[in-house]
Amino acid sequence: MTKLDAKIPSGELSQKWSNRKFENKLVNPANRRKHKIIVVGTGLAGASAAASLGEMGYHVDALTIHDSARRAHSIAAQGGINAAKNYKNDGDSVYRLFYDTVKGGDYRSREANVHRLAELSGNIIDQCVAQGVPFARDYGGLLDNRSFGGAQVSRTFYARGQTGQQLLLGAYAALMRQVENKNVRMLPRREMLDLVVIDGKARGVVARNLLTGEIESYEADAVLLCTGGYGNVFYLSTNAKNSNATAAWRCHKRGAYFANPCYTQIHPTCIPVSGDHQSKLTLMSESLRNDGRVWVPKQKGDKRPANEIPEQDRDYYLERIYPSFGNLVPRDVASRNAKKVCDEGLGVGESGLAVYLDFSDAIKRDGEDTIRAKYGNLFQMYEKITAENPYKLPMRIFPAVHYTMGGLWVDYNLMSTIPGLFVLGEANFSDHGANRLGASALMQGLADGYFVAPYSVGNYIGATKMEKVDTNHEAFKTAAAESIGLNDKMIAAKGSQTVDQIHRKLGKIMWDKCGMARNKEGLEEALREIPKLKEEFKNDLAVPGDGSDINQELEKAWRLGDFLELGELMCRDALNREESCGGHFREEHQTPENEALRDDENYCYVAAWEHKGEGQAQELHKEELKFENVKLTQRSYK
Amino acid sequence: MNLTLKVWRQKSDKDKGRFVEYKLNDVSPDVSFLEMLDVLNQDIIHQGHDPIAFDHDCREGICGSCSMVINGSAHGPDKATTTCQLHMRRFKDGEVIHVEPFRAKAFPIHKDLMVDRSAFDRIQQAGGYVSVNTGNAPDANAIPVSKEYSDMAFDAAACIGCGACVASCKNASAMLFVSAKVSHLSLLPQGAPEKHERVLKMVAQMDKEGFGNCTVTGACEAACPKEITLENIARMNREFLGGFAVKRK
Ligand code: FES
Repeated sequence: MTKLDAKIPSGELSQKWSNRKFENKLVNPANRRKHKIIVVGTGLAGASAAASLGEMGYHVDALTIHDSARRAHSIAAQGGINAAKNYKNDGDSVYRLFYDTVKGGDYRSREANVHRLAELSGNIIDQCVAQGVPFARDYGGLLDNRSFGGAQVSRTFYARGQTGQQLLLGAYAALMRQVENKNVRMLPRREMLDLVVIDGKARGVVARNLLTGEIESYEADAVLLCTGGYGNVFYLSTNAKNSNATAAWRCHKRGAYFANPCYTQIHPTCIPVSGDHQSKLTLMSESLRNDGRVWVPKQKGDKRPANEIPEQDRDYYLERIYPSFGNLVPRDVASRNAKKVCDEGLGVGESGLAVYLDFSDAIKRDGEDTIRAKYGNLFQMYEKITAENPYKLPMRIFPAVHYTMGGLWVDYNLMSTIPGLFVLGEANFSDHGANRLGASALMQGLADGYFVAPYSVGNYIGATKMEKVDTNHEAFKTAAAESIGLNDKMIAAKGSQTVDQIHRKLGKIMWDKCGMARNKEGLEEALREIPKLKEEFKNDLAVPGDGSDINQELEKAWRLGDFLELGELMCRDALNREESCGGHFREEHQTPENEALRDDENYCYVAAWEHKGEGQAQELHKEELKFENVKLTQRSYK
Repeated sequence: MNLTLKVWRQKSDKDKGRFVEYKLNDVSPDVSFLEMLDVLNQDIIHQGHDPIAFDHDCREGICGSCSMVINGSAHGPDKATTTCQLHMRRFKDGEVIHVEPFRAKAFPIHKDLMVDRSAFDRIQQAGGYVSVNTGNAPDANAIPVSKEYSDMAFDAAACIGCGACVASCKNASAMLFVSAKVSHLSLLPQGAPEKHERVLKMVAQMDKEGFGNCTVTGACEAACPKEITLENIARMNREFLGGFAVKRK
């Protein structure tokens, strides 16, 4: 086991980022033009990084699997983005945002990274407003805020229920400006299939042109991976259908360690599953918990319609158990409690796998129009899917896979264990520990892209001697040939099961055994079942057509192939971590009140897994987490 | 319920394309339109044929990927609804449903229901932004913006860039899309300094891409899943004239 060096800067916590910026090597503006950088993915992290690097004068190639950069899944984020502006004068500060985030992550994140994130949060809002992001404002024309889980201050900036959309459109517009200025070349409908490593450094990628089927090669001096999370391992999740882990996983196989894969966020407020043909789950923003009250009937088997169950027969369990945070406890706590009441047989709806989120008090207090102004699009979305009117009946909600805190391991500079490969946004592991707080994903994606990567990448390029390479290099040819070989094998299998059929099976194993609650027995079972499923995938897969043009089934197939391997690693990681923390809840490790019970003595580390070759178990490396500012305590939201 | 689908199949932009009929039995009224197509595609694959290609991603009405004309209407019969948000309970047992791609000269067909909408990106590149580099921004509250204008800007910014406006217009005009972009930025003080230049450049690019002219029939507004209004087109025309008047060369 090697020791991982996180390259945390010296000095006081609040000085670390300034110190690092000062130590960094610079590249003078005239020389930037000579360097090419590849950005993979154009969500918040990718679009903001590509635009910022383009503005600085680098040549950027930006790849996206979509037809346009604007369609990345960041667009679906609803509720908001945190920033320690303290515009509400309610006691917020950089330190408090830092503290809340470390605590919310159940003390499994890196202090220095989180502090930098909190420091940059204010700049993000400034930047977005300057781009024309229409955040919500009050009648005086100033910016409005709302509250989110895990915080007792109002620090969440929002644009109705479409904050992600508006932020992404801002970053996309900045990116389009750089395309117009010829600093960025957009390469849409390309999916990265491999990383090209030459002399131990990331020097390019091979990608499939999703329209022509051609495998294309791109060289660069640095590669930025901004490809999002891997929640779709579970088949059903709130992630967009095309969100996948292939680019990250293939980097892992080229030497990038994968950190904390078992940390999955199950979001408490999603529309429950109905029927077997469901293709994805829909989130109802956490912001709804500002005004909605969560409850279940007190009596098991109470089949009365919600509005006929009187107050005294309802259990507002979050308010009862957590009087100080109430309905605004962090996501992991809210999800686990929903599962618990449903396991006890108190769940509602046909399947019994749902709890109520009730707005009737808020509507009585503020009027229907006010509620409509705040959440109109969410209520409409709910009604479209369920055919029920949430202004009249409480919503039925249930937890669903939403976000993955794990990802490729990066140091403080966001560089992976492969020099020259940087990982930004949800694709890395660094800032959210074992549980992400609401409205922090947008913050992290944009902090990484606008404000961290431009410095880190500049430092790397300034400090590294690089030979010139082009795409005729052997390494490109090998990578391309391997990708083609892999795809050909999937097409050649000519089996009887579609990609979706096998994917649903994987999803079920993962949800049952590596989902909201895990235990040793279940995880071991999953580790026996997944290899069998991999065999089915190898021998019994049905992919129609050939590799020579648009083939959406083939795209799904290679993504599933990687999900199968990643799912296995998630279970292995969950099995290794003999404690509960945040989103990782091992049933063997809980307090008498059923809260997550950490083991700081033995597990206060980042688990970073190294690929050891096909068919072999990964090797575990540990990065010890040192808490010099925050005291580790049992998290309490009571 | 049982359905007959007539789906437009076309191998590539060079191919001619035609409707192919499919029968689908026992469709649950609770599945979405795209889930219904998923089921159909599974059948098609099991029969050893090429499934229907279509763009989709978020499946919650925000990414703007899905793009189908259903029984003659872009995104189908429901108001303010994208294809992915449309549910089968909207259709009747035994119904015949026609499914086609968004059609326009500026949106060439890639395959089946999948079209090329990159023209929208190029219009955006022509000027759909505020020229502010990262790190140059003043404090977010330095410039107050009246709630009224900010809300109007938001209404325009809600556009998801799907192209339903183009697909539903008999002239295949992109005026609703472009005017939403122009309005969003010109209504805010941050976008004001470039407002004349922006509108001139974006309109020029729109014309270059081969979109048609606007004859104010309002079909775009009716089809728009985000309820972008014609008011934006009026605003854009005004700004265009203004821009024209101050143009120096
Ligand atoms: S799939 Fe995203 S809007 Fe329909």
